[in-house]
Amino acid sequence: MNVRDIMEILEADIIWASETGLNAEVHTACGSDMMSDVLAFVKDQSVLLTGLVNPQVVRTADMMEMHCIVFVRGKVPDDSIIELAKERDIVLLKTRFRMFTACGRLYQRGLRGGCEKE
Amino acid sequence: MSQALHLHYDVPGDDFTRAGEASGAVKRKLKQMGFNSSAIRRVAIAMYEGEINMVIHAGGGEADVEIMPEKISIVLTDHGPGIPDVELAMKEGWSTAPDHVRSLGFGAGMGLPNIKKYTDEMRIETEIGKGTKVFMVILAQ
Ligand SMILES: Nc1ncnc2c1ncn2[C@@H]1O[C@H](COP(=O)(O)OP(=O)(O)OP(=O)(O)O)[C@@H](O)[C@H]1O
Ligand SMILES: [Mg+2]
Repeated sequence: MNVRDIMEILEADIIWASETGLNAEVHTACGSDMMSDVLAFVKDQSVLLTGLVNPQVVRTADMMEMHCIVFVRGKVPDDSIIELAKERDIVLLKTRFRMFTACGRLYQRGLRGGCEKE
Repeated sequence: MSQALHLHYDVPGDDFTRAGEASGAVKRKLKQMGFNSSAIRRVAIAMYEGEINMVIHAGGGEADVEIMPEKISIVLTDHGPGIPDVELAMKEGWSTAPDHVRSLGFGAGMGLPNIKKYTDEMRIETEIGKGTKVFMVILAQ
């Protein structure tokens, strides 16, 4: 699936996205409000779902080479966060679904996790 | 003749939103220079963890990075409170981060163990009341 499919499944709105970002292939995702855990346990996931809204979410995604961040519960990042995502070409989406439901919908459609420790 | 490239960054301690700027800049530099993606990722994660630590635990500091074709060396220097028990601090899950840090998404006690995991060499020099230096080396392969 690609980022467009994620949008459809989560009935998400685009906050910011490039054309290439929307077409990026994604196979795995991770849901967390703890950036510490994302940095420690994530391996090759391309989508980050989070309820946390601060610039470190974008920096963490950047360090982990993730293509897309989905803010759950309809959270909206401020302009400085959006600027940072543009610089790094990371897609920002928002969905009204809460974390559990958002992850569940993606899992049901075949997206897998990988936040677990190996 | 040395082929080393030296980079220096001040890491401000009063602005959490800027934490990670130095690591991001180093990451982009390594990409430009054509390092392999595994080395870039390990440098990015390890330095970012160290940079965040300087901001949340030590009121900021400085980063010195030496880039050579075969390895990247990073020294993070701060003048914070120091680490009383380094062995304990290196344990997964050990954290003294206050609640407001946790609400920002950090403070799981995973940073130092994570640096250890992603680097080829790691050393901490610390003195109570004086500050902390974290040395890291990542081999470029
Ligand atoms: N530069 C530093 N100065 C003073 N104390 C530090 C420094 N770096 C780490 N520490 C101490 O070591 C502990 C463990 O650090 P570590 O990075 O592993 O976890 P954390 O920063 O608390 O949480 P996380 O990294 O998961 O966000 C910290 O809670 C803090 O007490
Ligand atoms: Mg830390």
